[in-house]
Amino acid sequence: MRKLVRTLFAALAAVAFVTAAAPSNAEITININGGNVQPLPIAIPNFVGGADTAAVGQQMAGVIAADLQRSGLFQVLNQASYVDRITDPNAVPNFQNWRAINAQALVSGGIVRAADGRLQADFRLWDVFGGAQLAGQQYFTTPENWRRIAHIIADAIYERLTGEKGYFDTRIVFVDESGPKGNRVKRLALMDQDGANVRYLTNGKDLVLTPRFSPTSQVVTYMSFGTAEPRVYLLNIESGQRTLVGNFPNMTFSPRFSPDGNSVIMSLEQDGNANIYAMPIGGAPARLTNTAAIDTSPSYSPDGSRIVFESDRGGNQQLYVMSAGGGGATRISFGNGRYSTPVWSPRGDLIAFTRQSGSGFAIGVMKPDGSGERILTEGFHNEGPTWAPNGRVIMFFRDSGGPNGGPQLFSVDLTGRNEQKVPTPNFASDPAWSPLLK
Amino acid sequence: MTTATRIFSRRAALALGLALLAAACAKSPSELDNQLGAGAGGAGAATPGSAQDFVVNVGDRVFFDTDSTSLNTEAQTVLGRQAQWLALYPRYTVTVEGHADERGTREYNLALGARRAKAAQDFLVARGVTANRIKTISYGKERPVALCDQDSCWAQNRRAVTVLNTGG
Repeated sequence: MRKLVRTLFAALAAVAFVTAAAPSNAEITININGGNVQPLPIAIPNFVGGADTAAVGQQMAGVIAADLQRSGLFQVLNQASYVDRITDPNAVPNFQNWRAINAQALVSGGIVRAADGRLQADFRLWDVFGGAQLAGQQYFTTPENWRRIAHIIADAIYERLTGEKGYFDTRIVFVDESGPKGNRVKRLALMDQDGANVRYLTNGKDLVLTPRFSPTSQVVTYMSFGTAEPRVYLLNIESGQRTLVGNFPNMTFSPRFSPDGNSVIMSLEQDGNANIYAMPIGGAPARLTNTAAIDTSPSYSPDGSRIVFESDRGGNQQLYVMSAGGGGATRISFGNGRYSTPVWSPRGDLIAFTRQSGSGFAIGVMKPDGSGERILTEGFHNEGPTWAPNGRVIMFFRDSGGPNGGPQLFSVDLTGRNEQKVPTPNFASDPAWSPLLK
Repeated sequence: MTTATRIFSRRAALALGLALLAAACAKSPSELDNQLGAGAGGAGAATPGSAQDFVVNVGDRVFFDTDSTSLNTEAQTVLGRQAQWLALYPRYTVTVEGHADERGTREYNLALGARRAKAAQDFLVARGVTANRIKTISYGKERPVALCDQDSCWAQNRRAVTVLNTGG
């Protein structure tokens, strides 16, 4: 057991090492398949089920395997290579048979229908070489909710083996884009972080942009064009109720929730300038910047004490940090190019951004004081980072350009080496990652 | 809009050489953006004071350099003509739409489009158009009219378009 845990910690330590060693201004060439982290071999047999639950047991194992594989920290062993079967998920497995295929970890699980009709899922995580159980848990859920249980189990495995919170039981809200480039229909859409369970929140009649979750994941703030000025709204995901944020005569845009969920921070356009306002829900606005410039894309530090935003007050787009109450701002971006769309990591340690330089758009991170800048991915057009709740993975959109091109969602981890396309039904942009669901 | 865009794309492709002529560039999207011209005869046939007259003979849009909101000489000429025309036809109010090309981030481009619309509005007001006849709106980079991956297209998307609202 100790050995296994240590192995994965070593992997994470390697991540940290790469992070610290990367030269700050280098434009790193991305090799998606490369990387120094040795993924941990893990076996995930189908969850054992009865006649009515075997199929979902197989699907659950597939969802857990896909989550862990995409994290880049695990190598899920092909089920065809297994020389043993799990028949009783609660019995101690024959470790010898799993050592034979070099599995370091093994997940055994069972799924049955409880008397009240709900599904009962059990899983156990085993250290194959240490011959010990590392975790075990039982869950009950309604049958249609089986994917969430699979994600919760994947999070439990991830957390037990890395010491970090997982991020699989989360959702993404994004802008679904369909139709020709010159006449795109944009709809707010919601899905699980792996692309499943897509649900549309708006009908496409109005142009909608930049959705972001509240800390409870129950409300989305976004910008919508309609018959009046384009403005910032709140949308309750469950009830569908839409509320205007503030009542300004001009365009409001670029909204984001405060960490406590009690206010929305956003830009107000006035006389060609854009300034940042904090809008307590149901309260009076507080003006936080006052410049003849474009101040936008504000994002709070997770403790709510500071705000990072972009401004062209110095001539072109750069990143600035100010107190949550406004006032003086300190420029933190000094590399080559224009910096925009800063987003503070939920861990507080980094700020993700878009950097436009030369002919390309890159996604990168820097510390809140501007030091330690690293580019994670770059190309023709990458934009709009959003953080997984554990602060280890970033999602963004990449536009292929061209008359028939459009944006698609991708994720990349903090090493920059594990880049993954995120499946969506159509073109997609402006992803925003939810916190871990409650 | 869909049809207009398609027609424009085809036309742009056929007339690649001609597209270098700034005047041709400036007029084609104007006509088609407004769904005008189709079946209404040539430029000479536009009824004075009509929306078609405004688009074809005055010019409904001005263009900007990358990340710029400055009105160049040509833009000032077009806006000057717009102001004169609006003085002749006071029944119109207008909305100036500010747009950006796709080579910028979404939120910044919304603000940049607003600035461009404001620049055009200020110029019209300075030339005597009453401020309350002019509304502005920014579409950022969300409403491109030219779709290729070259500056010839992006230059057409960095624009402020004066749209007539009433009368005519």
